[in-house]
Amino acid sequence: MAECHPVGFQWVMEAKERGATVIHVDPRFTRTSAVSDVHVPLRAGSDIAFLGGLVNYVLTHEKFFREYVVAYTNAPAILREDFADTEDLDGLFSGYDPDGRRYDHSTWAYQGAVAAPATGEHSTEEEVGQPEEDAHRVTRRHHGGPEHREAARAEAYGSGGPSVPFKPELDPTLEHPRCVFQVLRRHYARYTPEVVADICGISTEQFRRVAEEITRNSGRDRTTAFVYSVGWTQHTVGAQYIRTASILQALLGNIGRPGGGILALRGHASIQGSTDIPTLFNLLPGYLPMPHAGEHLDLDSYTAADVGKAGFWGNMRSYAVSLLKAWWGDAATADNDFCFDYLPRISGDHGHYRTVLDQIAGTVKGYFLMGENPAVGSANAKLQRLGLANLDWLVVRDFSLIESATFWKNGPEIDTGEMRTEDIGTEVFFLPAAAHTEKDGTFTNTQRLLQWHHKAVDPPGDARSELWFTYHLGRIIRDKLARSTDPRDRPLLDLTWDYPTEGAIAEPSADAVLREIGGVDAGGNELAAYTQLRADGSTRCGCWIYCGVHADGVNQAARRRPGRDQSWVAPEWGWAWPANRRILYNRASADPDGRPWSERKKYVWWDAEQRKWVGADNADFEASKPPDYQPEPGARAQDAIAGAEPFIMQTDGRAWLFVPTGLADGPLPTHYEPAESPVDNPLYRQQANPTRREYPHPANRYQPSDGAPGSEVFPYVFTTYRLTEHHTAGGMSRTLPYLSELQPEFFCEVSPELAAERGLDHLGWATIVTARTAIEARVLVTDRVRPLRIRGRTIHQIGLPYHWGGNGLSTGDGANELLPVVLDPNVYIQESKAATCDIRPGRRPRGPALPRLVADYRRRAGITEPTGEDGTR
Amino acid sequence: MGVRQWIEGWPVVRQLTGADPLGRGAAAESRVTSALRPRTSQADRVVASVCPYCAVGCGQKVYVRDGKVTQIEGDPDSPISRGRLCPKGSASKQLVTNPNRVTTVLYRRPHGTEWEELPLDRAMDMIADRVIETRRRHWQEEDGGQRVRRTMAIASLGGATLDNEENYLMKKLYTALGAIQIENQARI
Ligand code: SF4
Repeated sequence: MAECHPVGFQWVMEAKERGATVIHVDPRFTRTSAVSDVHVPLRAGSDIAFLGGLVNYVLTHEKFFREYVVAYTNAPAILREDFADTEDLDGLFSGYDPDGRRYDHSTWAYQGAVAAPATGEHSTEEEVGQPEEDAHRVTRRHHGGPEHREAARAEAYGSGGPSVPFKPELDPTLEHPRCVFQVLRRHYARYTPEVVADICGISTEQFRRVAEEITRNSGRDRTTAFVYSVGWTQHTVGAQYIRTASILQALLGNIGRPGGGILALRGHASIQGSTDIPTLFNLLPGYLPMPHAGEHLDLDSYTAADVGKAGFWGNMRSYAVSLLKAWWGDAATADNDFCFDYLPRISGDHGHYRTVLDQIAGTVKGYFLMGENPAVGSANAKLQRLGLANLDWLVVRDFSLIESATFWKNGPEIDTGEMRTEDIGTEVFFLPAAAHTEKDGTFTNTQRLLQWHHKAVDPPGDARSELWFTYHLGRIIRDKLARSTDPRDRPLLDLTWDYPTEGAIAEPSADAVLREIGGVDAGGNELAAYTQLRADGSTRCGCWIYCGVHADGVNQAARRRPGRDQSWVAPEWGWAWPANRRILYNRASADPDGRPWSERKKYVWWDAEQRKWVGADNADFEASKPPDYQPEPGARAQDAIAGAEPFIMQTDGRAWLFVPTGLADGPLPTHYEPAESPVDNPLYRQQANPTRREYPHPANRYQPSDGAPGSEVFPYVFTTYRLTEHHTAGGMSRTLPYLSELQPEFFCEVSPELAAERGLDHLGWATIVTARTAIEARVLVTDRVRPLRIRGRTIHQIGLPYHWGGNGLSTGDGANELLPVVLDPNVYIQESKAATCDIRPGRRPRGPALPRLVADYRRRAGITEPTGEDGTR
Repeated sequence: MGVRQWIEGWPVVRQLTGADPLGRGAAAESRVTSALRPRTSQADRVVASVCPYCAVGCGQKVYVRDGKVTQIEGDPDSPISRGRLCPKGSASKQLVTNPNRVTTVLYRRPHGTEWEELPLDRAMDMIADRVIETRRRHWQEEDGGQRVRRTMAIASLGGATLDNEENYLMKKLYTALGAIQIENQARI
């Protein structure tokens, strides 16, 4: 955090000054470790074992917050008799289909529940979404069978997760052998300090210290916060990393309370905003799912799963209709299903990596790169360039000529002779982008806070904002198609696209767009909150969770009342979704009767006299719903949530320790080794996540793991990371003299022991090799990296900052070149944080000698197409 | 300037007679230096902004003079950052005033070996034509008997560095076009 979110880290230091203990769990020693009370340098890819060990510690030492757990989590819920755990099935849950490598979820449901739809239910639609025969064959050959398991459904469920049909049967004593609490106990019983130490490469003392610190600091009077970043998400079990932390924090009573929570630190100024208002294939604004072919034939079938369900997702139809009205205005009427049919349908995985393979296969013809540099920033960067080189046209919008704009001229494949400039048919448009100082707009920061930045000056030359580009592109396309009678052009022609423009360059008004996002009623008055949205077409709102950002005709995100002039919650600085709430689920900061758990940790509470929730923040609960409210039978949406159920987006109002439906890889997090690992999984025969997504391709070869023949060729673990002085793929930092001077060169961090073993000299060169390619880096020999003792062996780790590429002032090889594309099955994020490699002294070969070296490694490791595909030993 | 003033202006005299006998402070200050004023004090306008790098969202004050950004400082009013900026945020003036920024449209024709220049209007028109044509030729009304109403031939990547309003217009336009392979850094 000190390294990548330095200014946010000032609050950690302030807490430390007031007596907080700071624990840093990270393979790397960083500026955070330097000032932490405890640093636990575990092996990259072993965090579920570590966190699972903490869950086990909390349960076996009775350290959980019993009152919170019984009232606010699904610990008392009773599961079906036929559910089988990884303890019973050696690393698999019940419902696993080894041929399709996916789960049927029906046995994970609460007892008595109607079987919830299985995540895999669309998988029979083999190869849908491959419009051309060629791609069809390529896909079939590479995947060898059903591939489109599901269209990132886990994410498509939105912020509340999937619906369960009704509230579970509960055992408040937590003693029923099939209640979630007892299942959890059994599931983690083998995650003992000794097992954790063996998997993570740490000492049992280090583990116990952390366990004691966090349990001592949790309960009525104290709370513990967890902070994570892509070190947790970029794994084939990434979603389950976060889940393990959620289980731990729910058991300790640390959710919805001040000083608690699990905080995702995000790396880009508005990556939170681009998830909320998603430029993502599987979502519509506000975490509404993109409609799915075959399943969502009309608005009724689209909303059927949610309408009438308990919790605020029960109003999903209001959110969806208000979005359709925002987009298609007067053209959207009740008679035409509010233009629902104008929405294109998804039918499987259309994620970033799938799209790149489709570019290589030739089905994707045109590509927009809007401030992103995949030729450096995405895993297996060569795949990206192969995709770019096979397009008909490419539009790149950025500040400078990033690597993704110049691959045809100076990409690594030009040097190796694998591509020739003259052979590349891609037509490339480079359009310069406006900077944040040259446009109005909001960023949504890592704490869901929208902040408006004002335009200071005009952009230089042809530079324009993406707002300008998108608006005018749409305008020109609509003009060109204005006389079209083709029904497929109706969605374009009926689109509300009449934003006012300003100034000599005709910049569209960002404020007008934000107003559309924030929502208006039939009379055009700005809405104050999403509870005002209606399903009858009388409200328009571009993103229901942002409803109210323009309340009272005021740009709420532009509010800047100085922090020192308001309460510590600072509610009048910017605007946080939803409804300017700063801590989600904060009803849980009070006990079931509505009283603060303790004076020290009071946040919102029930005021019996005023008959409403009051406190430091806007309560994340219906303001006047009393703690003793009990829903009538048949109650719907928020009316079905009782007064002591804080998790209002969940259909049972409770935090889910166990997820009865919706996750692709299991209802409970389980330690699996990374797809490429030098060691075995001591817990189960199942080595790696059985449902991880692989994309075998000649340029995306996987390496053998854990003692399989050839795994000795790639004996070391490597992990990738960032430095304070650079920004992700470097497009905004490697072109700056200041930042390039501060961190001038790509380097690898190795321990003195590994340096001795491989003959690496400090400040000399090393070549790092995987089955994908080889790159070179300056060697930093440092005891910040320590050899780990794991499964009785010494395991070396190598650290690689990933900011570099061939263009800019500070240049170097890209660490992402080394990585395979292998993904988490829930969210389709790649495993960047743990893979295996070899390292050798000296610079890498130039020209055609480079692919020859890599081919030689592959031959020595016996790597053929299926390598790595089977996660079972 | 009188002779006396001239002599007293000598650094050595100031060092021997003034309060700075080691000559490390006021005695060594030249007239040019003493006349210097911070750029921030000479700005025509100060504009409230937010750091464009990471998602901490530090407050920035953008100082503008003669229509140019002259300095970017942390905003002490921000309850998030309290005036601080990290090396990246502190370097953001260089991000926006950097001479390495490309400010003209560049075009590489298929199989071309060099960039060419292209007027912005022309580029916009050509891109619109590419989109319309690609969409027309690669439209899917149905797939496997199911209504999909889309094109699988147009994709987009990026959004995490952009404003909410920009992401919103992008998603809106792409969806109306029937393009679904829309992704950003959040998938990474
Ligand atoms: S100044 Fe640094 S910490 Fe603050 S938002 Fe910018 S990059 Fe993040």
